[in-house]
Amino acid sequence: MIPRPHPTDDAVRFVDDRLGASKAVKKALRYVFPDHWSFMLGEIALYCFAVLVATGIFLALFYSPSDSDVIYRGVYEPLRGAEVSESFGSVVNLSFDVPAGLLIRQTHHWAADVFVAAIVLHLLRVFFTAAFRKPRDVNYFVGVTMLGLALVEGFLGYSLVDDLLSGMGLVIAYSVLMSVPLIGAQAAVLVWGDAWPGSPELWPRMFIVHVLVIPLILGGLIATHLTMIMRHHHTQFRGPRRTEHNVVGTPLWPAYALRSLGLAAAVVAVLVLLGGLVQINPIWEWGPYHTADATNGAQPDWYLGWLIGGLRLVFGYEPVVFGYTLVPNPFWGGVAFPLVVFGILYAWPWLDRRRERDQAHHQLLDLPRDNPRRTALGAALFAWVAIVFFVGALDRIYFLLGVPYEGQIWFWRFGIFVVPVLVYFVVRRVTTELSVGRARVLRGWYGQTVRRAPGGGFEVLTPPDGAAPSVPAPEGPKGVTDTELGRVINALTATLNDQRPERLDVDRLQSLVTDSLGGEEKLAVVPDLNGAQVLDTRGERLADIRFAGGAWTVERAVPARDELPASPREPTRGEKARARARGAWRKLRP
Amino acid sequence: MAALAFLCAALWLLGVSSPQSGAQGDLVQRGRALYEDGCSSCHGLDARGIAGRAPSLRGVGEQAADFYLSTGRMPLDRPGAQPVRGEPAYPPDEIRALVAFVGSFGGPRIPVADPARGNIAEGRELFTENCAGCHQVVGEGGMVTRASVPDLKQATPRQVAEAVRLGPYLMPPFSARQLDQGQLDSVARYVQYTKEPEDRGGWGIGHLGPIPEGMVAWLLGLVALVLTIRLIGERTTE
Amino acid sequence: MRRRPPGQDEATTWEREVPRSGVMEGLVALLLAVAGVCAAAFAVLYVLDASTQLLGLSLGLAFAALAAALVVAGKRVVPQETAILDKPPLPDPEEREEVRELVRDAGEGVSRRGLIVGAAGVAGCGLGAALVLPIASLGPGADARLARTPWRRGRYLVDEEGERFGPDDLALGGFLTAFPEGADKEEVGSPVILARLRSQELDLPPERRGWAQDGVVAYSKICTHAGCAVAMFRYPLYPPQTPPPALVCPCHYSTFDPRNGGERTFGPAARALPQLPLMLDAQRRFVAGGPLSGRPGPSYLTVRK
Repeated sequence: MIPRPHPTDDAVRFVDDRLGASKAVKKALRYVFPDHWSFMLGEIALYCFAVLVATGIFLALFYSPSDSDVIYRGVYEPLRGAEVSESFGSVVNLSFDVPAGLLIRQTHHWAADVFVAAIVLHLLRVFFTAAFRKPRDVNYFVGVTMLGLALVEGFLGYSLVDDLLSGMGLVIAYSVLMSVPLIGAQAAVLVWGDAWPGSPELWPRMFIVHVLVIPLILGGLIATHLTMIMRHHHTQFRGPRRTEHNVVGTPLWPAYALRSLGLAAAVVAVLVLLGGLVQINPIWEWGPYHTADATNGAQPDWYLGWLIGGLRLVFGYEPVVFGYTLVPNPFWGGVAFPLVVFGILYAWPWLDRRRERDQAHHQLLDLPRDNPRRTALGAALFAWVAIVFFVGALDRIYFLLGVPYEGQIWFWRFGIFVVPVLVYFVVRRVTTELSVGRARVLRGWYGQTVRRAPGGGFEVLTPPDGAAPSVPAPEGPKGVTDTELGRVINALTATLNDQRPERLDVDRLQSLVTDSLGGEEKLAVVPDLNGAQVLDTRGERLADIRFAGGAWTVERAVPARDELPASPREPTRGEKARARARGAWRKLRP
Repeated sequence: MAALAFLCAALWLLGVSSPQSGAQGDLVQRGRALYEDGCSSCHGLDARGIAGRAPSLRGVGEQAADFYLSTGRMPLDRPGAQPVRGEPAYPPDEIRALVAFVGSFGGPRIPVADPARGNIAEGRELFTENCAGCHQVVGEGGMVTRASVPDLKQATPRQVAEAVRLGPYLMPPFSARQLDQGQLDSVARYVQYTKEPEDRGGWGIGHLGPIPEGMVAWLLGLVALVLTIRLIGERTTE
Repeated sequence: MRRRPPGQDEATTWEREVPRSGVMEGLVALLLAVAGVCAAAFAVLYVLDASTQLLGLSLGLAFAALAAALVVAGKRVVPQETAILDKPPLPDPEEREEVRELVRDAGEGVSRRGLIVGAAGVAGCGLGAALVLPIASLGPGADARLARTPWRRGRYLVDEEGERFGPDDLALGGFLTAFPEGADKEEVGSPVILARLRSQELDLPPERRGWAQDGVVAYSKICTHAGCAVAMFRYPLYPPQTPPPALVCPCHYSTFDPRNGGERTFGPAARALPQLPLMLDAQRRFVAGGPLSGRPGPSYLTVRK
């Protein structure tokens, strides 16, 4: 029977005819994405980057990278006659005179803020679910590098405008670079081309780095990041059918592609709505930057707030030896602090491997509660950074709530060391409680053993010494674990779905299924095409797997040892409290 | 007889030639009464101040009195607190009386600033150079170590002129030689403008820059997108 | 030898559901139409040079409708499938062994390996040092540029408008920003801040007693912490109960005392503000009495030299 022609047939034929890409296309279309929502945080960042590039191209066509003085003669009255740089003037003109200019400028700036925020959320997800473990640690390094580059790129972007706020930030960056011990002054003069305010070439160079150099690097890193994800396949949470050796999810075509495109459109929508409705960086209100000018309340964009906190917090001391200033003050908050944080981030996969003594590959993710120590350490590190971030805005707290500024600074000079330690212990406790309650319910159960009475109802079995009876661990062969059964079923399904009935070969199926058990002390026997039996090496039957009525059923002849209930344990404090609360609620309910 | 007529005429002339003195005198009297009631406990019955509690008001003039009273900064809750803007404790006519009373001891009169005569571009430049460090470049206020700096959203042109010339609390004063009348008019015009600056980008979110911007990026932008992916993706592994 | 049966690299369907919903398809069509209308509205508004808000609203809603259409299509219109893909393990021991041999083979026939490795080490160190050298060569240049200052004895001070001025232009408790006459205002060494205090309030070091005129003192306006302009001056109207006079920087709140030579009293700055000696000419206008007492701006290795 000739298949009916379909409008997409031509496209498919075109691709195959000219590119011979059918095999690659097939692999791509059938690529499987686990579809937990938290896996899409990186995609948000990706689409923000796309918006940044698109809007950035538009902006670059109007911006003029030059610090030559011009007299502003545009439409905004309060600036008329002011001496401004060409850079500043070009951006004000873009905001006032170019149709949709301000919309695109603001969309670009919102996209930058949301871009870094999405990367941070994505990093938190990757950290707390341990997705950075082998083999993905190299991809994790790529990601952390992209975060660092995003911070620099954003800073350069808003500094190019040369307004009062960003100009203050730029001189601080100059001072931070100068604060590098021994070589700081030379480095700063090298980068700026001269002492502050630097040479005129600084501005075209900043421009080129912002629109060409870093975007190219970022683009390359993004491509590397995505390629590695495709090679490793995306991780997945534990669940039915999910093993360390497979990926369960939605194929790219058609469902996932449409959903991802939908997310892309949603990202554009949110950014454009913000760009049109919420004002950001109104540089005409700030005015141009001059060395002798400053405004109260100047702040860097949010993702550098942790650095202003660091700079404000450090006590005003500089070690001096024979008249040489060894460590200028901005070094601690502006250089040492971010280096330490990024150093920990980069070193984390190695630290985690050592801590866990775990060198294996991982495809399945941990939930944060599955590893209380890691989650607590991550929470403590995050708390440290978050506190310093918060310290950067204490003057606002003073202005709004009246809490004295100096007092707050002194408090947090010690608080940044104390609070993360507290956070560590609190989070570790909480996650331990959560994990005990959820995983392996029957392992270490507590409660009562009951037996159904012949006439209905049940009788409670109490052992002579008053403790609840335990079910003894069985002797004999070790049973089949869930994981192994999963693998067998996968192998069976794969082959059975794949083969046309006349080509099915029971022998091959049997070797396949045995292979899937990893060649351990068990082997599989496939009597017919409707199932398999798992035997141990002595020939004892351990489990029976049958396919009937559209579903797989498993019958274990011997229970898996690691799934047996052990002797009961004392309920934890949390469990006791919850039981009390439940009891109280029941009494209250009518 | 002629001497008596002359005396009456002289007295009448005196009455005519200073018509305000009567009304002014009443005002000062009223002011004195109000002063004794509400201000003398800190500033002294003779308005010479009480050491360690409040300064002398002799010679501060109408300028200072009108500023502090019309912005509600005086009376203070307790001596030593930072005077902050609030609801004036007295209605306008009583303020006039108190001002007259304080002014009766001499000192600068109430200065004038006319925004209509000012140049807004000059005002922006002067404000940025002299005021923005404390008051923030569009008058949103802020902080100096050990004191908060008020925003200027409720400052009338007269109050702007008074503050500039007086230098209340920790603010430095600017003499007429440093900022002449035309420049003062321009500054007042700019301050008026900052109450509703040109927010052509949309919602101004406080004109403070990156702090509210970052909050919007997280609480509006990222929250919207996280809700979107929760809609698109799965929430359990099933 | 493990033979891969055909298709093990591909995903197999676990379950597949075809929604077959006319309502959802209609919804997708409707949303796409809305997107089109909004986009057309954007085009019209653009031509009419409408406000940023209207432009953003129309374009944003167009994309929002498009997003909704795509998501509805992706979740409720096209077939929904859960698939399982078996992953072969990543490391490939056979191939790895071959690569290991290949890499090692490069050294076939090499007998003086130690010599070559040693020479490579020498080359590496040399090249590394050579790359770093350009920074070091900026040494004297950088220091000279940073030490440069436009202030010298006899240089007039001018205000923001370029006019010479004197102490009578400042009220008691007032401040003013000044520059060297004829110099570049944007240089770190140029801006100074003058403040007028009572002469009795001043407590300058003995060698600087003559640096104030009529209670007016002058300091570099550039903060010694991170280079922002020290644009805040705090002077009490009624001293007994208020904080003392101070010059404060708005960036990180470094606080300096103008009475005693600009010493830092709070904040992260670690050096006093450099002070400018003031003199008066015959018309009582300010003239610099010499260069600044220290290097202006943020710290670096030789800043205290």
